[in-house]
Amino acid sequence: MSAAPLLSVRDLSVAFSQGGRTTAAVDHISFDIAKGETVALVGESGSGKSVSALSVLKLLPYPPASHPSGQILFHGNDLLAQGENELRKVRGNKITMIFQEPMTSLNPLHTIEQQIVEILALHQGMGDRQARARTLELLNEVGIREPQKRLQAYPHQLSGGQRQRVMIAMALANEPELLIADEPTTALDVTVQAQILELLAGLKARKGMSMLFITHDLGIVRKIADRVCVMTNGKIVETGPTKEIFDNPKHDYTRHLLAAEPKGQPPVADTSAKTVMSGEGVKVWFPIKQGFFRRIVDHVKAVDGIDVTVRAGQTLGVVGESGSGKTTLGLALARMISSEGKIHFNGRDIDRLSFNEMRPLRRELQIVFQDPFGSLSPRMSIAEIIEEGLKIHEPKLSEEERDRRVVDVLKEVGLDPETRFRYPHEFSGGQRQRIAIARAMVLNPRFVMLDEPTSALDMSVQAQVVDLLRDLQVRHDLAYLFISHDLKVIRALANEVIVMRNGKIVEFGPAKQIFEAPKSDYTRALISAAFKIETAPTGIVSE
Amino acid sequence: MAAVEGFGQRAARPWLSPLNQRRWQNFKANRRGYWSLWIFLVLFVLSMFAEFVANDRPILAFYKGELLVPALIDYPEEKFGGFYAVTDYRDPVISDEIEANGWLLWPPVRYSYRSVNNEIPEAAPSKPSWMFTKEERCQRYPLGVDDPNCTIGNWNWLGTDDQARDVLARVIYGFRVSVLFGLILTLGSAVIGVSSGAVQGYFGGMTDLIFQRIIEIWSSIPVLYLLLIIAAILPPGFFILLGIMLLFSWVSFVGIVRAEFLRARNFEYVNAARALGVPNRTIMFRHLLPNAMVATLTFLPFILNGSITTLTSLDFLGFGLPPGSASLGELLKQGQRNLNAPWLGFSGFIVMSLMLSLLIFIGEATRDAFDPRKTFK
Repeated sequence: MSAAPLLSVRDLSVAFSQGGRTTAAVDHISFDIAKGETVALVGESGSGKSVSALSVLKLLPYPPASHPSGQILFHGNDLLAQGENELRKVRGNKITMIFQEPMTSLNPLHTIEQQIVEILALHQGMGDRQARARTLELLNEVGIREPQKRLQAYPHQLSGGQRQRVMIAMALANEPELLIADEPTTALDVTVQAQILELLAGLKARKGMSMLFITHDLGIVRKIADRVCVMTNGKIVETGPTKEIFDNPKHDYTRHLLAAEPKGQPPVADTSAKTVMSGEGVKVWFPIKQGFFRRIVDHVKAVDGIDVTVRAGQTLGVVGESGSGKTTLGLALARMISSEGKIHFNGRDIDRLSFNEMRPLRRELQIVFQDPFGSLSPRMSIAEIIEEGLKIHEPKLSEEERDRRVVDVLKEVGLDPETRFRYPHEFSGGQRQRIAIARAMVLNPRFVMLDEPTSALDMSVQAQVVDLLRDLQVRHDLAYLFISHDLKVIRALANEVIVMRNGKIVEFGPAKQIFEAPKSDYTRALISAAFKIETAPTGIVSE
Repeated sequence: MAAVEGFGQRAARPWLSPLNQRRWQNFKANRRGYWSLWIFLVLFVLSMFAEFVANDRPILAFYKGELLVPALIDYPEEKFGGFYAVTDYRDPVISDEIEANGWLLWPPVRYSYRSVNNEIPEAAPSKPSWMFTKEERCQRYPLGVDDPNCTIGNWNWLGTDDQARDVLARVIYGFRVSVLFGLILTLGSAVIGVSSGAVQGYFGGMTDLIFQRIIEIWSSIPVLYLLLIIAAILPPGFFILLGIMLLFSWVSFVGIVRAEFLRARNFEYVNAARALGVPNRTIMFRHLLPNAMVATLTFLPFILNGSITTLTSLDFLGFGLPPGSASLGELLKQGQRNLNAPWLGFSGFIVMSLMLSLLIFIGEATRDAFDPRKTFK
């Protein structure tokens, strides 16, 4: 490259010290970003990609963090050597950042207008009227419809996609030369993700900014980046133009990442298999109460009359955007929340059973939750977590027998039984999800509701968990209700799919048919957003 | 935990879980709190054995070939040739009789909290013994300077109060009463408050609403007036006071525990336990209570201090423990009435402030220990 790069990271290291121990999070990395270029930092969680990005603006918590080596040259000035005052002129002005979680990045107590005007007043010294006009302009630019009405809105009144758009508007307010985007679409639905990526690509082209894009999703990288840096364990193992990396990966780790898509075939659909769980006209309505006497004026129809059938050895996938009611449906079927409509389990009507009457049935009806960090009690060892269900459902087991069952199930989910006296924080996300699966499997259930069990995991770990789930299903003839917004995972696991939107079924049918010949526009939009990261015409999906 | 556990058996885990080890490290890192804990423990253990430190009876006595433990057992005076039901070992007649037929082992301070010193050199309240010359100190003893009882064991190290009782002995016993009162009251309130907060937070909704209103009404009852009224009906005593205070002090725990339970009841691992069919009571104990314990433990030392201060102020006002009991509040009141005897006020003040400061320092260290964000460099 002939011209000097806009940002040049040279030999950067980041170390964290705690309790006398020092851990290197980033280990001598170097990369350049030229003007108008998009560079993607790709890696799995813990690879040091976010830490690298945060150190560009010195946003890490110092002193636990430190930079044993390196320079970050922006226009030839070393940002690491500069004081807090000079840095403040760069931050939010020449280099801006957008973060993963748009809900927590915005102040919940201030309106959108106040938050954007504040930046304009701070960095450009604009007056009220001028700043307001510019705010409207910015909101228009990031594709918020009717921005005049949105100015007085608070963050909670906006959808996730709109919040991320507001964040982008704030980042653009000062016409930055470099935008650092730290997983800006991870918390969003696939359809919204496609919209946001399109917006970012358009803005970048129009304004000629550079972008440092941090993500774990290779699909996004292929769509948006000019050059890619692949990071693992704090090191950059491969750098190159996007096309080259994807077509001709040189490093083993890059190849491993590229091969990490969930693979395999779902079980063959068999309508003669025994029905394990079925629901007829399942409704979950949450009342909206108003006035002094809390009169019920309306309902939020989270699940609005849905029929489902899950058969032994088969997987029913439930897909939809967030808020479509798919988790609520699963919780209603598992009788974790109250609902209307008939629910049969193992040929029994269970929709009128009380919590205590349900208890013996819980043994055969298990749930695996989304967040493997939240679903394991941090104060219990793995053995205690797994045997909790056994103590309730098989109280006669002796201590040795219980321990043997725990050891067996740990082997079955691919964990070393010797680790069963450790605590959850000593395990990685994927291992924790295996523990959560073991907790369900130890009771030999017949029906398992899987609520986004792979969403919080890295891509390569996702593939492993999908394989594990498929193995367990074949071995124990399990019926799965698999809830996910990730169509790639659904395609690898489910033989029947329900597409849900606003509590209603949009489309229902064999997985093959849904993926290859979707009937409704909504399903088509979901599929193109998930597999090709393409946006749909306005009005079909939420924003 | 690098140790490899044996297969199929529950190998010994470290005594403290890694989490608790980290907490203990954090606690120790607060040097002030750590030292306060040790000082307090030493003082507390000493005061628990106050009968062997300051007593008007010997710890051991050997009389006519018989080993006696007067500190623990009441022996009638007949045993030593007297005629009272209870032996007064400070009486020279008795002590001489025992000394003649054996020996006596006295505690370091030969006064109990209620024993009156009949040999004080000046009118009560009398100054600390070290402020007198030997002649002055021994002037009231039958044999003067040569009297065998005019020894260091009979000194009033902190002087006497206006009823000629030894201040040091009263302070030692008073410390014990205050700390025990505080501990029992705090533990009692914790048990009631935590259970009540747990039920409200876990079940929420109507249960929460109704109990919260009841607590609001309950806590608006003026405790002091209630104490005055009850003091007029019931004889004031340690347990009556404790009971009345307990009726109201548990309320302070409800808020924090309820908040913790409200927050944690929708945690995913609580839902996971519910999905396993774990009964509510077990979920509350096994999964939720540990969360609330952190907030409670942090709060505990401050409640403890509050309880001690309340007892002292009640004693000061005269609505506390029955007259004659060892109490720091009563000592402070004497100090206020006898401004000419500053050792009374000073002793009370120093003991109170030492005790409260130690407890607060321990409390601060506890708070550090349970603060997950606390890092020490």
